Amino acid sequence: MRIVVAMSGGVDSSVAAALLAEQGHDVIGLSMQLYDQTEGQTSFGSCCSIDDLHDARRVAAAINIPHYILNFERQFDEQVVSNFVREYTSGRTPLPCAHCNSDLKFATLVERALGFGAEAVATGHYARVERDAVTGRYRLQRGVDPAKDQSYFLFSLTQHQLARAVFPVGDRPKDAVREYARLRQLPVANKPDSQEICFIPDDDYAGFVTTHAADAPRDGVIVDEHGRVLGSHAGIHRFTVGQRKGLGLTSSPNGAPMYVLALRPADQQVVVGPKSSLERTTLTASGVNWIAEEPRASIHVAAQIRHRHQAAPAAVRALGDAQAEVVFDAPQIAVTPGQAVVFYDGDVVVGGGWID
Amino acid sequence: MRVYFDYNATTPLAPEVAEAVARATQDLFGNASSIHYFGQQAKAALDEARSAVAALIHGDPSEVVFTGGGTESDNFAIRGAAEAAEVSGRRHLVASTIEHEAVLNTLKALARRGWRTALVPVDQSGVASPDQLRTAMADDTSIVSVMHANNEIGTIQPIAELSAIAHERGALMHTDAVQSAGKIPVDVRALGVDLLSLSAHKFNGPKGAGALWIKRGTRLQPILTGGKHERNRRAGTENVPAIVGMGVAARLAIAKMSGEAMRVRALRDRLEEGILRAVPGTAVNGARAARVPNTTNISFDRVEAESLLIALDLEGVAVSTGSACSSGTLEPSHVLRAMGLPAHRTQNSLRFSLGMFSTEEEVDHVIEVLPRLVEKLRGLTRKTVTA
Repeated sequence: MRIVVAMSGGVDSSVAAALLAEQGHDVIGLSMQLYDQTEGQTSFGSCCSIDDLHDARRVAAAINIPHYILNFERQFDEQVVSNFVREYTSGRTPLPCAHCNSDLKFATLVERALGFGAEAVATGHYARVERDAVTGRYRLQRGVDPAKDQSYFLFSLTQHQLARAVFPVGDRPKDAVREYARLRQLPVANKPDSQEICFIPDDDYAGFVTTHAADAPRDGVIVDEHGRVLGSHAGIHRFTVGQRKGLGLTSSPNGAPMYVLALRPADQQVVVGPKSSLERTTLTASGVNWIAEEPRASIHVAAQIRHRHQAAPAAVRALGDAQAEVVFDAPQIAVTPGQAVVFYDGDVVVGGGWID
Repeated sequence: MRVYFDYNATTPLAPEVAEAVARATQDLFGNASSIHYFGQQAKAALDEARSAVAALIHGDPSEVVFTGGGTESDNFAIRGAAEAAEVSGRRHLVASTIEHEAVLNTLKALARRGWRTALVPVDQSGVASPDQLRTAMADDTSIVSVMHANNEIGTIQPIAELSAIAHERGALMHTDAVQSAGKIPVDVRALGVDLLSLSAHKFNGPKGAGALWIKRGTRLQPILTGGKHERNRRAGTENVPAIVGMGVAARLAIAKMSGEAMRVRALRDRLEEGILRAVPGTAVNGARAARVPNTTNISFDRVEAESLLIALDLEGVAVSTGSACSSGTLEPSHVLRAMGLPAHRTQNSLRFSLGMFSTEEEVDHVIEVLPRLVEKLRGLTRKTVTA
C-alpha cells in the first residue's frame, strides 16, 4: 500500500517511516514547511525549522524513500496560527496541536496524499487506531506508553479521517522507539524530544500573541471574586485559568496564594481567587466529535481536561448541536476554556470537544 | 521508466566529457601556475579548453576567464563592472525582472551598499522591450544585465538591440547566456555585449566550471583576489578537470548544435502539442516563437504545480517549476509574475526542458501519464476530503 508519512524531522515520525518501509509499504515522506524561512531567519524558532526539514530529508535518504517538502505556510497561518491568536485574545487557552492534526495533517495533507496515489497518512503520534470488525467504525485508543500518549490531541479526527490514519509507533513505548532508531542508525536517533508549541519555541506565548494579534491587546485590571480591584495587567492573553505565577500581585488580602479563576474579554478583567474557587464539577463543551457512536443517554466516562490531566470519572450527555455537558464525580481544578475535554472508556477515545 | 526532462536545471555529462574529466583528474594533477612539466601539462589543457569555450561563443580565447560556474560569472560581471565604474561616479545598475537570482540578488546586495538599481519589465510574452530599457537607463548607469535566454520559459531576449541602448549611455552590457550557450548559436560580436556568462553543466559539462567572457579592454575589478591566475582576473588554482570537461562539452556542442537543436525542437514540439491536446485546460507560457528549442512552460488549470511535480516524480518523470526557496518548497515564479500572469497561473505551471538523451519514447510516455495525474489532482480540489 502507498502511504504518506508526515515527517517532522523528529525521532517518532522518522521511526514511523522506517517501520512502514520495513514492512514493505510504498512509503513517501512529506514534510510541511509551516512558516517562511526564506531569508534564513524566522520570527519563529527552531522546531519545524529548516534544520528539522533537513533532518527529515536525511532520514528519508537513510531509509531510501522519496521525500518532498510541501509549502503549507498559508494553510498553517489560516488553520492554526490565527485561531491560536484569536483564542488567547478572547480569554481562552488554545490547543493548536489538535487543530493542526484535524485541520491540516488529516485534512490538507491527506488531500495531497490521495493526489499522489496514497491510501493513508501516517504520523509519529503515540495513539492507536483500529477498525471494529463488527460495527465498521474506527476506534481511537491511547498509545501504549502512558507517559507519551497523544490521543488527547487527536480527539477531533472524524471517522473519515481515522480511516486514512496510521500511527506506527502507537503500540510501542518511547524507549523502544528510540532503541529502534538507534538500531536502524537513523540520523535523528538521539535528537531530543520537542517540548513547546512548534511555532513558539521560546515559549513566549504572550509575546507571540502581542505581535500577531489583529488589534493591540489592551490593559485591564485584576479583580477578586467580589469585583474588588487588586491590580492591573497588560492584556488578558497573558493569563490562563489556573495560573498562579506572574500575577504581579504583591499579596492577596488574606495571604493565601491567588489563582486565575476566569478571564473576561468584554471588560478585559482577570478574576483571581483562592484555589478552592477553581474547583468545578460541571462543564459544557462545543464542537464535540464522537468517535464512538454518539450516546443517546448519559454515559459514564473518564474525562480529561488537559494534556497532563489524570482523566477523572464523569457523566457525559450529548446536548445536540455538537455540544455536550460533563458532570464530574468529584470537583476538578482549573477547567480551562479553549482546552479540550476528551472522553475515555479505558484506553478508548469515545469523543471530545472544546471547553466553553 | 525514468524520464529526465529538467535539462535547464542541469544536464547529464556527455560520455566524452565524463571520460575526459576522469582522465584529467588522474593525469593532470599539476598546478597550472607551476613552471615544471606537471604545471605545463595542466596549463596546456586549460589553454585548449579556453580555445574551445571561446569558439562556442565566437570570442577570443584571451577574453575567456574560467570561474566556478554561472553564479560566479554573473557576480564577477556585475560587481566587477560596478566597482570599476564607481571611481568615475557611476552608481546605477540595470537588469530585467526575469533574471536569474544570481543577477537579481547581486543587484540587491549592491543596493544595500548604496548603488541605485532599476529593473526593466517584460511583456506578456516574456520579452524585455528596448523602449523600456531606454526609460530605465540613467546618466550614471554602469552596467546593464539582461539574460540571453530565460531559464523558466526559454524566451530569447533582443540582446543586440539592448546592447546598443546601453552603449549609447556609456554603460557596459552583460548577458547571462547560461541557458542559451550550447542550445542556440551565441556570437558575442553579433550580440554586441561586453560581458557574457557561461556554465558548463548546462551543456553536458561538469558542475563547478563556468566562464566569463570579457571583451578586450573592458574595465572590470576582480572579485576574487589572490594569486595571478587567469591573467590577474580571477585568483585561485584552476579546477583543471572540470575546465577540461567544459572544453570538451563546448567542442561537442559546436559540432552537434544544428542537428541537436532540430532534433530536440521536434521532441519539444511533440511534447508540447501532445500535452495541449491530451490535457484540457493547458496553455503555454511565454512567446512560442523566440525560444530556445528545448524548453516549454505550461500552465495546468486547477492544479497546484507543486503537487503535479511530485505526482510526476513518483511516476518517474522529473520536471520542474519556477524557483525553489531555501527548503526546496515552491514559491510563485518571479518570471511568470513579471510577465503579468494571474496569481493562480504562477502557481500551476511546470517547466519541461529536454536535451541530449531525450527520446521520442520518453515524450510519448509523459503525454500518456500526464492526463491521468492531472485528472486525479483536479478531482481532489473539487471536493474536500474531510467533508
